Amino acid sequence: MTASSVSIRAVTKRFGDVAAVDGVSLEIRRGEFFSLLGPSGCGKTTLLRMIGGFELPTEGSIAIEGADMTRTPPYERPVNMVFQQYALFPHLNVTENVAFGLRYRPLDRAARERRVAEVLALVQLDGLEARRPDQLSGGQRQRVALARALALEPRVLLLDEPLGALDQKLRKEVQVQLKHLQRELGITFVFVTHDQEEALTMSDRIAVMNRGRVEQSGDAARVFERPATAFVANFMGASNFFAATAAGASGGEAELALAAGGRLRVPLDGAPAPAPGAAVRFIVRPEKLDLRRRDLSERGVPSVPVSVEDRVYQGVATLWTVKDAAGARFTVYEQNERPFEESSRWQLGARLFLCFHARDADLLGGEPAP
Amino acid sequence: MSRGDERSRAAYPLILPTWVVLGVFFLLPLGVLLVISFGQRGTYGGLRPIGDLGAYLLSGKFLSQYARSLHPIYLQIFWRSLWMAVVTTGVCLLVSYPVAYYIALIAAARRRNLLLGLVVIPFWTSFLIRTYAWMFILRTEGLANRLLMAAGLTSHPLELLYNDFSVLIGLVYGELPFMILPLYASLEKLDRTLLEASADLGASARETFRRVTVPLTAPGIAAGIVLVFVPSLGQFIVSDLLGGAKTILAGNLVQNQFAVARNKPFGSAIAFEVTAAVLLLLLGYAVWTRRRGEDVLL
Repeated sequence: MTASSVSIRAVTKRFGDVAAVDGVSLEIRRGEFFSLLGPSGCGKTTLLRMIGGFELPTEGSIAIEGADMTRTPPYERPVNMVFQQYALFPHLNVTENVAFGLRYRPLDRAARERRVAEVLALVQLDGLEARRPDQLSGGQRQRVALARALALEPRVLLLDEPLGALDQKLRKEVQVQLKHLQRELGITFVFVTHDQEEALTMSDRIAVMNRGRVEQSGDAARVFERPATAFVANFMGASNFFAATAAGASGGEAELALAAGGRLRVPLDGAPAPAPGAAVRFIVRPEKLDLRRRDLSERGVPSVPVSVEDRVYQGVATLWTVKDAAGARFTVYEQNERPFEESSRWQLGARLFLCFHARDADLLGGEPAP
Repeated sequence: MSRGDERSRAAYPLILPTWVVLGVFFLLPLGVLLVISFGQRGTYGGLRPIGDLGAYLLSGKFLSQYARSLHPIYLQIFWRSLWMAVVTTGVCLLVSYPVAYYIALIAAARRRNLLLGLVVIPFWTSFLIRTYAWMFILRTEGLANRLLMAAGLTSHPLELLYNDFSVLIGLVYGELPFMILPLYASLEKLDRTLLEASADLGASARETFRRVTVPLTAPGIAAGIVLVFVPSLGQFIVSDLLGGAKTILAGNLVQNQFAVARNKPFGSAIAFEVTAAVLLLLLGYAVWTRRRGEDVLL
């Protein structure tokens, strides 16, 4: 037995001339919560549909639990799907919807009824058995769809933006419930979303997709903290790009000369060292930047002279927008832990220094951000 | 009293024209038909005057046309008409469902209107002419026989015309669009992700069809059945032209009583019986539809 639940190998899906999914390879581990994250049109849903068997790959192969399923029809795959708009059968009540697939299992009537009662209790829908889908709220419908898929005890549960139709507050609740449920059941979840916060809240690992390709995949925190490309950095809300020139590399670190002046050593993190003299870019997440009145470069802290351009007060935090001499903008996220009077301590136009720790700098590869 | 009732009462003036049209062109003639069916044929084909109305009603003679219609000869014709209408409806359903399914769910969206147009195009020609065309196709030296012989499937021409088979072909051909269109309308509304959900839950294509597609298109099936069954039951042109003298349907019987035998009371009685049968069917359909909580399509 392999530890891999879903193996996607060099899968490409073309619709006419357009490659919706372009040479994607992913290993989804057994029992993990895996998210496919990306903007609309990035190919994440098409990839999920190929795992479910609703689309056939143009090239490449898909194996589930070690068995090749590239061309297996959906009704013979050990996976089930929670559809975006739930796709509940309008002519059947809650019980009949949940029991729909159990008919194709070697179970007698009593066992089927027991299983339906079990999953309905699991998603807290007991008492609504006789309702039709149009008599349910959005949240209840979402749970029926979940129960219907879980009733069949799939090896892999596919979820296609299942929370998109719920309001913000309910969404947060369901995120936590889903994560708990997944941990409890130990089923592999493959979750499609365009919401990075949602992906981070629930996932063990994330693959960020763009234009049919996987830009980066890995542990949720790692993708968040150390985006590999400008696209991922942008998508993860960390669009603070610093320009620099490579000056050499040693001990797993690259020596960079900041365009704004000063030198720093940033971790390479397994990436190939840039050639000396090459123009490179790195990012620092907004919450890891600091605004200071004084230049700290003498103390070995990289400091870039900037002027304050904008301030957005958010309650728990304040977002500062600053601009350097070259016109590049940076966002600084400052937790409002100081006394209330100080939350607006910088005047617009104030000349300050943008400081950060070299270890928080994340060297980017790949194509430049648009 | 629910709000729906109040709202529908507010709409009464709006449906007044409908009632006027229905009253003048349907209910009134139906009433005339009913009155005539209670009368007796005059010597020269008119209505015989009734002297004492009270005595006439008491003697039960006003029902004599209906009594006559129960004669085995006529019962056989009714039975035959019913059977032909049922078979026509059944064949239409079997042929139309795949056609409607293809147009609604399989054909490329941009070709859908073209295909629907092809279904409707025959209406541009008179039904009578199209039925005559079938005579030319089916007759002994007609197109069908020539093709069959050219293909070597038969050595001598087959008797394709003037039997139940040719009548059935004519009926099915004429009614087909009335089955395809309502089926298309309900299939087109079918949410495809429901079919995917069914497959995802383990149902094969056949099972999905049985448990999802058919139940969800039941309104279209019912509407198609009514739209085909009702005119089939009253048909007389097709059976007249393609059935020859051998295949007489209830419609021919009515036509004969008015045009040939000049027995208006008897013709009216039969016509009223057929109409009553159709109205009962429609009533059943309306009750079924309302029970499903859907809008009555017809």
